[in-house]
Amino acid sequence: MNSYLERLYNGIVKENPTFILMLGMCPTLAVTTSAFNGLGMGLSTMAVLVVSNLIISALRNLIPDKVRIPAYIVIVASLVTVVQLLIQAYIPSLYDALGIYIPLIVVNCIILGRAEAYASKNPPLLAGFDGIGMGLGFSIALTCMGFFRELIGAGTVFSGTPFAYSLPEIYEPVSIFVLAPGAFLVLAFIIAFLNAMNIENNGRKKVEGCGGACGSCGKAENCDKRRKL
Amino acid sequence: MKELMLILVGAALVNNVVLSQFFGLCPFLGVSKQVKTAAGMGGAVIFVITISSAAASLIYDFVLVRLHLEYLQTIVFILVIAALVQLVEMFLKKVSPALYQALGVYLPLITTNCAVLGVVLQNVQKEYVFAEMGWNALLVSVVNGFGTALGFTIAIVIMAGIRERIAYNDIPKPFQGAPIVLLAACLMAIAFFGFSGLI
Repeated sequence: MNSYLERLYNGIVKENPTFILMLGMCPTLAVTTSAFNGLGMGLSTMAVLVVSNLIISALRNLIPDKVRIPAYIVIVASLVTVVQLLIQAYIPSLYDALGIYIPLIVVNCIILGRAEAYASKNPPLLAGFDGIGMGLGFSIALTCMGFFRELIGAGTVFSGTPFAYSLPEIYEPVSIFVLAPGAFLVLAFIIAFLNAMNIENNGRKKVEGCGGACGSCGKAENCDKRRKL
Repeated sequence: MKELMLILVGAALVNNVVLSQFFGLCPFLGVSKQVKTAAGMGGAVIFVITISSAAASLIYDFVLVRLHLEYLQTIVFILVIAALVQLVEMFLKKVSPALYQALGVYLPLITTNCAVLGVVLQNVQKEYVFAEMGWNALLVSVVNGFGTALGFTIAIVIMAGIRERIAYNDIPKPFQGAPIVLLAACLMAIAFFGFSGLI
């Protein structure tokens, strides 16, 4: 049981995909204009991630090593299409808000990264828990980004849901936070804050991990652990 | 001609792919340490996006629409892009070893650059399709793809220039690494807002 819980802890805290590994930056910055959108994106990605991890792990002995990347991409793309049609049918407002970023889940580095680094080497149940942990870590990160951007940029939190809360009228929203530059600004400050906590805790900066997602990693060219795509 | 220019400028500057639509952030943050490598990455992206816009446009108009399989576009497009990147790599290796040497490292990384899939999907979403504008659809798709890739190259080269300079600055410890790069990107995004009155 411990190794399952360890997977969850690993995904949410130790190797948080957004704040520590810096994977899947595009949706992190693009759709977090409100906390609800961030949560919706996080959960859709998590659904794809859990199922793709399960399937890839179950098929790990059947997929030949040479064509594994195309095989993973086909599996992930099919699942994304399913999720896209489901969201379109049941939560049309979320579908409109996320728009083109739903099909772009296919090229989210987190999913291929976990398939390559974890699901292709471990049994299905563990891989599923790894997906849940990573998905939760991603969802929490996105909701957190959305929370701050919506609060500062629009003066509301979770607007459009039953948990809606808005700041008193006297607050003048700083609308640049819901625009593009605000996304970079909020992420920069969150990561700087986490860095500061780390430096305080153990006096040294944490080593940046990569999860083995070389195919999608911009740093692969000067990395010695690179696996051939 | 005027419309094509507007699409080109709009894609490259006004709706800059990295700074206002957030596509292709992984290479933008990862491969922007030196101007030289950034320019190489930009060149490879221009090459692949332009070709894949044309290929995806043709496949969408003449295969998917004819067979009423539009809902398969995500799967088909990503496979087309992956195959095309492989093909381009093999083709360059044979025909132009010099260009292959220059772009070599970056080509495989481009498959998962979401700018490529993003542009191709946007071309369909904006209705640059055969049913709407006939053969012009192909031309408009290619111009939009080229403009987007040009915007990516402009952004990543400027970013690399900035990073080469801040490398020697005295940055507070928590802001070293990713945060300072994101702050620079934030300021660039504000600057690119200035282009929004252009069209």
